[in-house]
Parts: sequence; structure tokens; C-alpha cells
Amino acid sequence: MESSEVFKLIESKYPDALKSIDLEGIEQSVTIDVNSIADVCNYLKTESELQFTSLMCLSGVDYEDKMEVVYHLHSLLHDHRVTLKVELSRDNPKLPSVSGVWKAANWHEREAYDMYGIVFDDHPDLRRILLPDDWEGFPLRKDYVVAEKYRGWTIRKIKEGFE
Amino acid sequence: MPDLKTEEMVVQMGPQHPATHGVLRLEITTDGEIVRKINPHIGYLHRCFEKHCEELNYHQIIPFVDRCDYLAAMNNEHGYVMAVEKLLDIEIPERVEYIRVIMSELNRIASHLVALGTYGLDIGAITPFLFTFRDREKILDLFEMTSGARLLYNYIWIGGVAFDLPNGFVEKCFEFIDYFLPKLKEYDDLLSYNKIFIKRTAEVAIIPPAVAIEWGITGPNLRASGVDWDLRRDEPYSIYDKFEWDVIVADGRVGVLGDSWSRYYVRVLEMEQSASIVKQALEGLPSDENVKSAVPKKVRPKEGSVFFRSENPRGELGYYIISDGSDIPYRLKMRSPAFCNLSAISDVGEGLLISDLVSLLGSIDIVLGEIDR
Repeated sequence: MESSEVFKLIESKYPDALKSIDLEGIEQSVTIDVNSIADVCNYLKTESELQFTSLMCLSGVDYEDKMEVVYHLHSLLHDHRVTLKVELSRDNPKLPSVSGVWKAANWHEREAYDMYGIVFDDHPDLRRILLPDDWEGFPLRKDYVVAEKYRGWTIRKIKEGFE
Repeated sequence: MPDLKTEEMVVQMGPQHPATHGVLRLEITTDGEIVRKINPHIGYLHRCFEKHCEELNYHQIIPFVDRCDYLAAMNNEHGYVMAVEKLLDIEIPERVEYIRVIMSELNRIASHLVALGTYGLDIGAITPFLFTFRDREKILDLFEMTSGARLLYNYIWIGGVAFDLPNGFVEKCFEFIDYFLPKLKEYDDLLSYNKIFIKRTAEVAIIPPAVAIEWGITGPNLRASGVDWDLRRDEPYSIYDKFEWDVIVADGRVGVLGDSWSRYYVRVLEMEQSASIVKQALEGLPSDENVKSAVPKKVRPKEGSVFFRSENPRGELGYYIISDGSDIPYRLKMRSPAFCNLSAISDVGEGLLISDLVSLLGSIDIVLGEIDR
């Protein structure tokens, strides 16, 4: 099934959840409302025509004026894929977790939290995964400033103009 | 004895432990010999790969990609450059594609050889490790001949490869394939069908196919659970559709489907297929084309994003690249296969004996460099 057909199915099932569809470029995607993402994902996984059984990737993106979470889904049975996006406010990035839908989301969401500070509601174990528990700040945010010290150790600065 | 009671004990396995293949720490709650709960702690090797990528141009990222999965650097490079080429929408000379496939498949064999050897070590068999490393050395010699490096190559470039194959490479590579194929029998005799090895691995730590898909397990581990899926065949990239080869799916000939032995043996059989692909690619190698003709001077993709995945020795390696039209990626996310494979361990490992946990961990074949990035 083509991505555009999947979008149509989502639109007919959840007319309010669908915010915009992007059919341009290499990758077609659909933007889903924050509150209904878990429901839409559950529908995409369980509907017999779609059966998106595997979550290939879940990534956070910081656009300076907003945050985004991108879901790449794939169906092993029907061999089709789809890309979903959720837009979040930068001050309070918060959305429902999909770890109840795919267990694979568990670590991906922890990573997005670790790097961007995106909070996933109802996540069974939301804590830092790659960085130490007492690390301050969220490094992959565009405005992240490296701290001068961590536990008394000086963090080396990158030289000006170094490329 | 009514007063006798047992208590659960927390044991830290790692970060310095021979069976954790690097710096992984498993916080295990044990009840006697039985593992009740596993809490994996990763991140000891975190080097901010994705943050670095937002400061470097597309060419400069290639050496960083090497260092993520240092046992399969060629495969990592191959996946990355294909993602960028898809973003740029450029055509690649055919000779380059052939060289890339030869390198990737040789690297797959080398990576599986490490997996086999170290798995033997985990279980307690030291000799197979020496045998597999003896053969891996020959592949590294071939890589040294072409790229000058033995582990981190920076060989596959966007639009081409760094150097053409040196004189005598094709003959030497044929020689290696002829040398290598009979060696597979040797591994079988030495390890695969060894009685002790089978006792330690068959019917141990079974991952059913539904669980494997749910946790995003990919690659040989998924095929060991009986799921017939390989990106090289099912979403053919590069020139994989030109070769004849079989996707190896475990059949449970020893033990059951999805156990540690199946995960191990899928790799043994995959090496044979990889060798066959290398042989076919060498035979069909087009001659006399400039391998750098399509290398762009400046990589400036149009605005947009791409998600591209390829089959790594450990599973599906995905790159999600967002371009804002400049020569530096706005965002680069690496979907690392070992990261997803390892995440299942807290589910699958529950209820195993501690010694079986080692058997499970070794059979998943993790590389911490790629998990922590």
C-alpha cells in the first residue's frame, strides 16, 4: 500500500487527529495531533489491512521554534512503510508514549528524552539512557551550551573556528 | 526446615566483564542461580556521534560512521553514503557498486567471524577464537591492500570509493574465497556440532518471532527466530538483485527455532552466502571505469529528509537525515541495530540461569560502540 492510501485511511478513521499531509520530496509524511498519536499508532498496528508491526525508528528533532518526534513504521506482512510526525511546543514537549504499542519504542523514547528532554507520558521507565543520570541539560537541543564542569572535572572547550 | 528463606541479590555484571563484549553493565536481580530482573545500563562509550554530525559536512562524517560499529565499518559507510546519495539523487558508476558490495560482504564475513570466535570464548571454548581470527586476518589484509587501513577504512565515499582496487586484488580475493569455504566445515567440526557447545546453547534463551518483531530485533537474530526477512533481497539496494544467493532462515535442526544455537548457526551459514556473493561480484566486475567520476565536490542536498536502511551484519542499520539545504546535515539519527537487539534482553533474559544469560548475550552479537554511539 502506498503512503498516501495509508494517510487516507487515517483521515477517515481519525478526522480530527490529522493536521497536515506532506506529499512532496523523497519522504512522504503525515503530521498527527499530539493527543491522538498513541491511538493512531495502535490503529495502524492492529488494523488487518495495515499491520505496521515494527517500529523502525523513532527520532526527536529540534527545529528551534518547535520540536518534532518522527516515527518510521514498517509492516513485515504487507511490506509497506509510513512516516508519522508529531509537533510539540519547545517549552513543554510532552506527548503520549507508544511503548504500549511497540515494546521497541521503550529505549527509543528514553533516548529522545535523554537528548531532547521530550517527556513521554505513561512510559514505564522514563530516565536517561546514554548519558549519566546526573547530567544537566539536553545535548541535542540546538541551544545547548556545554557545562564548564561535571563532577569537578573540567570539560574541554572546542577551539574557536575549529573545523 | 520452615525457617529457611532465600533472598534476592543484586549482582552487577560489567562494565568490566569478558562476556559483555565491551563496556555494558547489567544490573541483575538474582534468586540463587536464576535471573529475576535485568536492568541494562549503557552509555559508557557515548561519544556524541549525532551532535558531531551537526557540525561536520557530509564527507567528514564518514570516518565517524566507521567508529560506530568498528567491526563492520564498510557496511556502516555503505549505508551512510547510500542515504546521502538518495538525498542528492545521483547515479553511481557500476564498478563502484560492485566494489562496494565486495567490501561490504567481506566485512560481513569478518564481523561474523568475530561473533563466532568470541561466542566460543563466552561459552568456554578458546580454540575456535584462534581459528576465526586466523581467517579474519586474511580479510583485513585484503582491506589493508585496498584502503590502507585494517579496521577503520574511510574507503566508501559519497558518489564513489577512495581508491580503485589495487593490482592483484581480484586474484587475491578469489584465492581467499577458495581458502575460506572449506574452513566453514572446520568451524562446524570444532564448535557448531560440539556436544558441550550444543548443551550450552540449544534450547536456551528462545526468542519467539512475535517477541522479536515487537522489540525491533533485526538481522541474523530475527532470521534465527524463523522470520524470512532480509533487506538485501526484500528491499534490494545497491546491486544485490543481480546476484543469486539464499536468505538464511533458521530451521531448528538442533534445538528449537529462536534459541542461541540458531542465532549462532545463522551466522555460519550467512558467511557461505556472503562468500558466494563476493565470488559472483568478482566475476562480474566491470573494468576500466573511473571510480571517482561521480564524487561531488560539494555535497549540498536540497531541503528534505530521508530514512534509509541497509542490512548490517547485526541487523538493519537506518540513517534518518534531515537536510536544510546547507553542506551540513541539520539532523542525523542513526538507528542502530544492536541498540534495538539489546533492548529485548530485559524481556527475554528473565527466568534464565546466570550462565544462560551469558549464552544469550553472546548470541545477540552486540557492539557497544554502535549502541552508545
